[in-house]
Parts: sequence; structure tokens; C-alpha cells
Amino acid sequence: MPFDDEQEVYQEHILDHYEDPYHRGHCAQATHAHDDDNPLCGDVIHVELQIGDQDRIESAWFEGDGCCISQASASMLMEKIEGMTVDALKQFTAQDMLALFGARLTPNRQKCCLLSWRVVQAAVHAPVESAPAQQATPGNSDPSGATQPTLREDNA
Amino acid sequence: MAAPTTLPFDPQVLRADFPILSTVLHGDQPLVYFDNAATTQRPRQVISSLVEAYEQHYANVHRGIHWLSEQSTDMYEEARESVRRFIHARERHEVVFTTGATASINLVARSWGDHHVRPGDEIVLTEMEHHSNIVPWQQLAQRTGCTLRFLPITDDGLLVLEALDGLLHERTRLVAVTAVSNVLGTVNPVAQIVSQAHAAGALVLIDAAQSVPHAITDVQSWGADFVAFSGHKMLGPSGVGVLYGRETLLDAMPPFLGGGSMIRRVTLEGFEPAELPAKFEAGTPPIVPALGLAAAIKYLEQIGMDNIGRYESMLTARAHQVLEAVDGVHLLGPDPRHKAGITSFVVQGIHAHDVAQIMDQHGVAIRAGHHCTMPLHKRLGIAASSRASYYFYNTLDEIDQLAVALQHAQRIFHRAGRSRHGERP
Repeated sequence: MPFDDEQEVYQEHILDHYEDPYHRGHCAQATHAHDDDNPLCGDVIHVELQIGDQDRIESAWFEGDGCCISQASASMLMEKIEGMTVDALKQFTAQDMLALFGARLTPNRQKCCLLSWRVVQAAVHAPVESAPAQQATPGNSDPSGATQPTLREDNA
Repeated sequence: MAAPTTLPFDPQVLRADFPILSTVLHGDQPLVYFDNAATTQRPRQVISSLVEAYEQHYANVHRGIHWLSEQSTDMYEEARESVRRFIHARERHEVVFTTGATASINLVARSWGDHHVRPGDEIVLTEMEHHSNIVPWQQLAQRTGCTLRFLPITDDGLLVLEALDGLLHERTRLVAVTAVSNVLGTVNPVAQIVSQAHAAGALVLIDAAQSVPHAITDVQSWGADFVAFSGHKMLGPSGVGVLYGRETLLDAMPPFLGGGSMIRRVTLEGFEPAELPAKFEAGTPPIVPALGLAAAIKYLEQIGMDNIGRYESMLTARAHQVLEAVDGVHLLGPDPRHKAGITSFVVQGIHAHDVAQIMDQHGVAIRAGHHCTMPLHKRLGIAASSRASYYFYNTLDEIDQLAVALQHAQRIFHRAGRSRHGERP
């Protein structure tokens, strides 16, 4: 069977996440957001998180464009981190991400898989200025809850 | 499909010279090597020339009095003569060995650019340039305050030549343009561009990395002032490339790198540079790679560059035919008659990296990404593309493998009604 390796990368559940992703879109109550890309391949991921009072990730959404691995892994990650505390998320390592994805990846394709993980790890340090949970200045919140995808200044 | 009977040579006979082409991967998939625009493979004749050089002739060049150094120096200079003949340069010392096309272009940007370009001067590039013919000029612009202008391309990947005269004026110092686009495959009318640029008083640098390996090169009939190319894209070793420059220009340029070889005399107070071409070959040059390049040139000359060009046109025409027949495949660049042996494409709904990964499972090695042309991809409105690029050792049957692999990719990705919850229609 000549296609063993590829069957491993393009497993059914990976393709399912690619074509029917979990939480692709905007998070209405986003408190944190970040985006980044892999310039080498042009993969782009934008993540919006709603982090609640208990430092818990209430909701996680992504938008993006790129290869199957970058987009399917983002979908898997959104599904995985909802309900996690921020501390637990910070301890969710790159190795954990590769394990979550499941398929064996060459080093170049690992970068695709780890893009959303990198963005999520930066997003927890990138509060959205007009976030509903942080309405320090009344009247400054966007009633639509929409966030703009360029919040690079706070990424630690 | 029966192969046309008019092949200019038997590719199977030539393939036998390339040990790597008999590779079988993933158990039973013969290697189909379609990444020749990135780098080509090497025939035994080139590989053995390297071994022979190290085993029998190797010493440093232009230094020793001893027998071995004399021999090494003679062979290195004979390699320069091979290059001169191959590109039809007038003088041997117009051929400078560098480490590759990138180094050649940087040499011109540093040596010629730093000394001749003033704030407000302009350099004209095109939208289809490789990063190696953009970034050195952006760096020059940062150093000197000159301005870069870009000749646009049409949607199907041809230069908008009518716009060139409008870009050229008395402050245009240089036009730097690729002879063949490494993505679109477009063959540009170099001689015409040179003549228009010269009429406006500008010099011309040709990035010939994608043309020298595939067609007859005549730097004099081009009229070009500088020509840059790499050895590894034409059967030679990596680590050697060439800068051709017109003698009067090279003579007037200051040395770029300083060190051994490039000097006539050094005192504690200063130095006198050496004559051409040593002036631009500081340090120990890529001696053995240069000998390998000469062996590669000998091999190419035996096939005949016109034969190679003719055969690759057949491969490109077949690739267009085969790829256009696959639904959802969009070919980049112009009609095959304006193309060298490069076909880039995008597949609807499948990212270039996924295309390349599935191709790889069929043993087909293609390139995926932006191919060092991010501005070109932005112009085309795409993030990435897939590129199959050919050489004389590829076959028409191999081209057909492209379609087989693409159809397999589409079977994987285009299954309707996928759901994370496992329901299947």
C-alpha cells in the first residue's frame, strides 16, 4: 500500500475538522485576541478568546486561511481549550499540540500544526481593548462585540 | 498517449547518467523529480569530476609554486573559459566566479550600486522578480536613498512592455530583470528590454538563473551589462555561480569583498586591488565546484542547448494539456509558447502544501509555497502555489503522473458532507 504515510496525515477526523471546523468565526464576547502567520506557506490564523472571571477560557474561536493541517489543528485546539484555565493552557505544550493533532508530521509540517497553538499562547497575553469584560471606560465598548484582528502590541 | 517520434534525444539514455533518478520511495513509487527550478540533479560525469578533482588535482589556486597548485589553477581557469564559451562572453576575465546568482547580484548592488547610485536615482525591477533580485536593491535603496520602480505584469504573467519607456528616464541607473520567471515560467524578451534601457542611458542586469540551464545564452547578443546565474540549477554543484560583467564596467567597479587573491599589493597603509577577475574573487574561491560546473557545461553542450530547449517546450505543452484537463486546476502564467519548463498552478479548495504532500506520496517532488516571490504572489492574489519544473531528464510519462496525483488529492479533499461528528451522507 503506497499511501500509508499520507493516510496518516489526511486521516478522516483531520479532514472532518478541516471541512467542518469547530468555532470558525468571531467570538461575540472576546476578551483576548491575536493573529499570526507562517510567511513561508502563507498560513494565517486569528484567534479570539473569551476569558472569564475565574481565568477560565469560556469560549475560543478562530479564523484563518491555509493548508489542511494549519486549519484542522486550529479547529481541534479551539475545541480542546474551552473550559481550560489560563494556567492549564500555558502548560499545554507544543508536544501536547502535536499529540492532539495525532498524525505524524515532518518538521516543516509541524510548523503548520503549531501556528494556532502559538497564536493561542500569545492571545492570552493580548487583551482586547474594548472587550465587554473589561469595560473600564463606559461607552467605549462595541455593542457588536466584534474585535479587530490586529492586536500585536500586547503580545508578550 | 504515444510519445511524439521527434524527440531531439532519448531521455531514457540520459536518465541512466543520473543515479538519483532511479530512486524509489514510499515502497514502490519511482521518484519523479519536478523541482528543477529550485535545483537540478547531477549526472555521474559531474559527480566523478568532483571526486577526480579531490583525488588527483586539488590544491589552492593562484598561490602555490608547486606542481599541484599549478595544475589546480590551470583547471580552475579552464573552467572559467568553459563558462565564457558557454555564455558567449567576449573575454574570459568578464566571468567572475561567485557562490551563486544571489551572491552575483549582491556583488553588483554593493560594488556598482554603492558607488554609482545617488539619492533620487531610480532602479527598475519587475513584479515577477525572485527575492534575490529584489532584496539587494531594497538594501541599496536603504543605503543610498534611491527609488525602486516596478514594471507591472499582465494577469496572465507577461511583462507590460509598453509601460517600460514610461518608467525609464534620466535618473534610471539600472534595469534588473529576470530572463525567465521562476514561478510563471515566462520567457522575457531580454534583448528588447536591454535595448530600451540602453536607449534611456540605464544599465541592465539579467537574472539568468532560470534561463542559462535551459537555453542558449549569448550575453553579447543580449547586450546585457551584468548577468547572474547559479551552477546548481544546471547540473553543477551548489556553492558556485557566475557574475558576467562587461569589462569596462567591472574594471571601474571597486572590489566588494576584501582579502586574499583580490589584491595586487598590501601594505600596512593600504592595498592595491588585483586585476579582473581576481579583484572580485577574494579568499579561496569555490575551486572544485567550479570544476564541477565545467563538467556540467560539457555535459549540456553534448546534448545541445537548443535540443534541451526544444524538448522542454514539449514537456511544458504536455503539462498544460494534462493539468488543464483536471477540474479546479488554475495554471499561472502565459500560454506555453511563452514559457520555459515551469508550470505553476493552484488547485481550488486544496492548499499548495497539501497538493505537494499528496504528490510526494506518488513520488512526485514539486515545490509548494511562494517560491521566493512573495510580491508576485500578492500581485496574483494568492498566498501560495504549486510548481512543477522540468529538465531534459524528465519524460512525458512523468508529466502524466501530475494529473494522477492531483486527482487523488481531489478525491481526498472533495468528499461532500464531511462532519466532525462522524455522520456520513
